Amino acid sequence: MSSYIPNTDSDRARMLKSVGLDSVPELFEVIPAEKRYPVLELPPPLSEMEVKRLLRGLAERNADLDHHPCFVGAGSYRHFVPSVVDHIVSRGEFYTAYTPYQPEVSQGTLTAIYEFQTMICALTGMDVANASMYDGATALAEAGLMACRSTRRHKLIVASTAHPNHRRVLRTYTQGMGIEVEDIGRAEDGDVNLSHARQLLDDGTAAIMVQHPNFLGCLEDLAPLSELAHAVGALLVVSVDPIALGLFKAPGDLGADIVVGEGQSLGSPPSYGGPYLGFFACREKYLRQLPGRLVGMTTDSEGRRGFVLTLQPREQHIRREKATSNICSNEALVALAAAVYLAVMGKQGLRHVAELCYHKAHYAVEEIASLSGYEKLLGRFFKEFVIRTPVPPAEVHQRLWERGIIGGYELGKDYPELAGCLLFCVTEMNSREEMDLLVETLKSIGEEK
Amino acid sequence: MTEPLLFELTSPGRVGCRLPAVDVPEAALPGDLLREDLPLPELSEREVVQHFTRLSQLNFSVDTGFYPLGSCTMKYNPKMHEDVARYPGFTQIHPRQDESTVQGALQLMCELQGYLGEITGLPAVSLQPVAGAHGELTGMLIIRAYHLERGDEDRNTVLVPDSAHGTNPATAAMCGYRVVTVPSDRRGNIDAQELDRLMDESVAGLMLTNPNTLGLFEEHILEVAEIVHGAGGLIYCDGANMNALLGISKPGELGTDVLHLNLHKTFSTPHGGGGPGGGATAVTEELGPFLPLPVVARRETKEAGAGRLEYYLDYDRPSSIGPVSGFFGNFGVMVKAYAYLRSLGESGLREVSEDAVLNANYVLHRLKEYYDLPYDRFCLHECVFSGTVQAKLGVHTIDIAKRLIDLGFHPPTVYFPLIVDEALMIEPTETESVETLDAFVAAMRQIAREAEEEPQVVRSAPESTPVGRLDEVAAAREPNLRWMG
Amino acid sequence: MEPTDRKYTKDHEWAKLDEALAVMGITDYAQEQLGDIVYVELPQPGDAVELAQSFGIIESVKAASDLLAPIDGEVVAINEELVDRPELVNEDPYEGGWMVKVQPDDEAQLAGLMTAEQYSAHLKTLE
Repeated sequence: MSSYIPNTDSDRARMLKSVGLDSVPELFEVIPAEKRYPVLELPPPLSEMEVKRLLRGLAERNADLDHHPCFVGAGSYRHFVPSVVDHIVSRGEFYTAYTPYQPEVSQGTLTAIYEFQTMICALTGMDVANASMYDGATALAEAGLMACRSTRRHKLIVASTAHPNHRRVLRTYTQGMGIEVEDIGRAEDGDVNLSHARQLLDDGTAAIMVQHPNFLGCLEDLAPLSELAHAVGALLVVSVDPIALGLFKAPGDLGADIVVGEGQSLGSPPSYGGPYLGFFACREKYLRQLPGRLVGMTTDSEGRRGFVLTLQPREQHIRREKATSNICSNEALVALAAAVYLAVMGKQGLRHVAELCYHKAHYAVEEIASLSGYEKLLGRFFKEFVIRTPVPPAEVHQRLWERGIIGGYELGKDYPELAGCLLFCVTEMNSREEMDLLVETLKSIGEEK
Repeated sequence: MTEPLLFELTSPGRVGCRLPAVDVPEAALPGDLLREDLPLPELSEREVVQHFTRLSQLNFSVDTGFYPLGSCTMKYNPKMHEDVARYPGFTQIHPRQDESTVQGALQLMCELQGYLGEITGLPAVSLQPVAGAHGELTGMLIIRAYHLERGDEDRNTVLVPDSAHGTNPATAAMCGYRVVTVPSDRRGNIDAQELDRLMDESVAGLMLTNPNTLGLFEEHILEVAEIVHGAGGLIYCDGANMNALLGISKPGELGTDVLHLNLHKTFSTPHGGGGPGGGATAVTEELGPFLPLPVVARRETKEAGAGRLEYYLDYDRPSSIGPVSGFFGNFGVMVKAYAYLRSLGESGLREVSEDAVLNANYVLHRLKEYYDLPYDRFCLHECVFSGTVQAKLGVHTIDIAKRLIDLGFHPPTVYFPLIVDEALMIEPTETESVETLDAFVAAMRQIAREAEEEPQVVRSAPESTPVGRLDEVAAAREPNLRWMG
Repeated sequence: MEPTDRKYTKDHEWAKLDEALAVMGITDYAQEQLGDIVYVELPQPGDAVELAQSFGIIESVKAASDLLAPIDGEVVAINEELVDRPELVNEDPYEGGWMVKVQPDDEAQLAGLMTAEQYSAHLKTLE
């Protein structure tokens, strides 16, 4: 018997008697007899000790970043997570609660989400932020749908410099909606091609969608994109790296209407791609079109401050097929982690993290570009950069791994014109020794050619 | 409210986390792009910990009490899951690592796909959706892709029963479908005659919840499947209520073509206050090619040592609907679900559903003399009462819910399903003891008595919480959604 | 008794001819049933409204209801005041809480609606 079930056979006998039955299987007689009690071919049950041993074995078959210097980002980032974060999200009062539908017994979750919303607004320069989306990719997709609803238009033009997989998810989400999605080409310096954007843009365009810093690491120039979009009544949607916002101007100050992004960097480990955190913020005028949950401040009958889920009629459980989205569960606990992370890092800490990323990445790129055969491409960047390699990227990648280094994302899969290039990422987690080892290894790979 | 906000606790100059100094020469920062102000709070580590710990104490949770929230399956979440999911070999791996360096993770995912396929009778599984509604979206896009690939382009309608979760119609709309509602019959089943009338070549499929949101098994399930399939449609089953059917029946053998599972309900991964979840989606062999990109697969290694398996991400799937999330889904959640399945096995899973259903029927039978039971038959994992008897006395379901809080219980789901007036939807789950159920029954009976004798006690609840009933009208009319000082 | 200067639908909307335009709103009974109104989503001027089809949505805290058009026509104006003061629908459903002004496609459609007397009788059947 499973240790998670308290009732014993004698408890069951008593309960069955109360219900008026002789045996448990009688409860299931409503199910067609020939479809009842199938065989499940599953491995036999294990004790806690055995499960832990089994899982430990599987975990150890993975090469983890605690033991391997990592220079790959491309949508998932290894940043420092203070111990505080995991201790808070490991509290059963937080992680074993449901969505806070009963506010009187959910003020902990509700208050934390309100704080999260406030800090996302502070980072992005937006008026309102929701309680979270699934991840950065789906946040971008939902932003596209929201832009179409808000403008009543059906065309989105998306920077090809935005994350390739996020763009694919946008296409998945829009495939049944009669929405046209077009890619804007890339300029020489790695930024979005403004004149191509101008060509694609028309009065049927709902939004220009860009990523900043973009997938290739480059800092996009948002102001002219905002002017272009607004001139035809389209919105500017910006997907951002929240760590970069510790240093760089808020997109809200540069004309963005909707700001989304991947929030995994804020206190969550890479975890092989999830759980992650989509954040989603916009200007107040679009509030009613916002997908997902919102927490608002109010008072009780005695005037005490409290928090509730609000503007719920936008959501699926009330507006059903007319809802702004079907999203229900989001990533509340990951949003809590982000709130704790932002609180503990604070005003100085987040800027410090961003500066460390910036300086270290620029150190690494200088060193690598000074090696014979390696070339740095593209313009101004934050923590990721593109390097043309003297031997095929797949080979470089493999040779780095032989020295225990996880390094570089092969760009050719998504950008054929960058087939000879690797995208590297450096964060505050990369020590100078690690970077020097990377440079030295790249040097020997280049020389052995 | 007893706890100030971070923004009220802040004090200039405080730092919560010290980072190392820059160990490389500093590069010039691009002055034209820098922000002037970063309006985040400034707190010491000790203050942050105290703040969030105090906040946590304002929550009701499964760890602190009975949480019979219908359709949410608030079962106990084993602590061991939290430990194994935090092994560095699971948390500290990057989704862009070479497949050869994450074989343990891929093996876990591949085996989990297999187990879920076996449990549902739907062999092709994607773990990529990260929530129930996300699984629904995935499933409905698969149905759409299936019809289009067959050149069947005129199916623009999806049928949804009136007892369905709100996510169902919202999902169908996100896939571009028109939604038509199918009524329920007097026994709480889909009205099969009406379904037969509505089902034609314009219908892509039926979105079904079984057991439905009344906690009732669809009595004519095989007939329903025949009607839908007969007209060329597919059946999507919302698997939110799968906790009733583990090892009891396989939806795939009942005519279901597509099903999403909620790993955070049925497979005991915690709800986290509203996520992260897992919305694994299982489909028939025929629909497998449409699953999101990529799917985890295994093959024999090309290298020496024949017979050895290697695991990989299969991107070579031209009919796929495309990816539905940034990477491969909520891997951390999968680890917990995997641990759960390996702990329970076939017999343990069957026991889960048997006890979940027995517990629900026990509550049903012990309360039916006190509350109106609109569909009086054996239920599966949850039972739905109506508070109409009490409403006539001026005590509404919302009052009953709030009074339960004072008596130490989390309220059931209320005012859902919509087809039951003043609905109270109770899902005890298998992890509650008969003593807990008895205490809950006693509380519900006490409230029924109070409704008759001293209704004001019920109407003024809760009295025991940090805040009383909150002014939701003011919150909605003048939204305050962030701290502005 | 409802105002006699306008017509009613069984779904509790009213329409009143003002010069050549039809003004529309919801009845006192409807606002009472909905409870505190927190938001009204209205169409834009220029949009077509269609008999018995939704032209907007009215929200209370936990419910959203379609506003069904009593006649066919084109929206000429909307009540902008409802954006900031949705409670006007509760307080003054027949005057300050009006929702849209529509150029009717066919004024004769109004004649087909219920009179105040008929509507009052209809309300009695709902009790």
